[in-house]
Amino acid sequence: MSFRTAVITFPGSNCDRDMAVALKTVSGQAPLRVWHGDAELPESLDFIVLPGGFSYGDYLRSGAMAARSPIMRAVIAAAGRGVPVLGVCNGFQVLTEAGLLPGALMRNAGQTFICRTVALTVENTQSLFTAGYDAGQTINIPVAHHDGNYFADDDTLDRIEGDGRVAFRYADNCNGSRRDIAGLLNAAGNVLGMMPHPERAVEPAHGGTDGRALFESAIKALATA
Amino acid sequence: MKVRVFVNLKPGVLDPQGRAVHHALEGLGFAGVEDVRIGRMIELDAADDTTDEALDTMCRQLLANTVIENYRIEKEPA
Repeated sequence: MSFRTAVITFPGSNCDRDMAVALKTVSGQAPLRVWHGDAELPESLDFIVLPGGFSYGDYLRSGAMAARSPIMRAVIAAAGRGVPVLGVCNGFQVLTEAGLLPGALMRNAGQTFICRTVALTVENTQSLFTAGYDAGQTINIPVAHHDGNYFADDDTLDRIEGDGRVAFRYADNCNGSRRDIAGLLNAAGNVLGMMPHPERAVEPAHGGTDGRALFESAIKALATA
Repeated sequence: MKVRVFVNLKPGVLDPQGRAVHHALEGLGFAGVEDVRIGRMIELDAADDTTDEALDTMCRQLLANTVIENYRIEKEPA
């Protein structure tokens, strides 16, 4: 099986290498590395990942500058064509700022940076990212963020919950996110944004491997697509 | 011309930073402050012929995130 994955690096991304290693560990194939200033993506990509970090030093708002960088126009177009896109942590912030996912990620309600492993409940097991989990399953994934407090208005929350687009919820809400939302899908199901870091829970040496099924699910979907 | 863009959280959106500052004001003994909300002010040095429409588009596309923030534009003619 052959597929092409890419990890986008913005100035200030710092989880891009971890993400690349996780993809290679799970799939056996190293992803392409793409720089934010590139106007175009490599041809015929099957999977695009926006990694964690502090793109552009979180200037203006977390993810705001990265969302307007040249490569994001290409990512938005690819997402529109149905190419799977995963955004983790700062990548989730970039996806909301780019309008690929609804809502916004605000300063944690407790005002502190949170860096620890948290329990998540898997809500949606129908998506290409979450098919490898069981509905209602609890998984342990690390978080490391200052701006992870998910906000959307009530109408938007009702709509995304009604459509089953909440992928993961915090079992114990650590940052004030409305309705405990930790991970969110777009309407078509090919874009997932999440604050927790699945790439930090892939190998036993990480202290847990609950993130592995996410990459396995996505890669299995690519291989059979 | 100088243009000032004031960006504030929408009413109803929790502002933990403002709440912490409010608490600190109370701790310093200042009474009678009902609420504190923190925003940002962005100053632009813009060409005099910059249209209101262009300024509004700048706010909506980048300077404010209208999911959570309101903005107000003040122009100061040269």
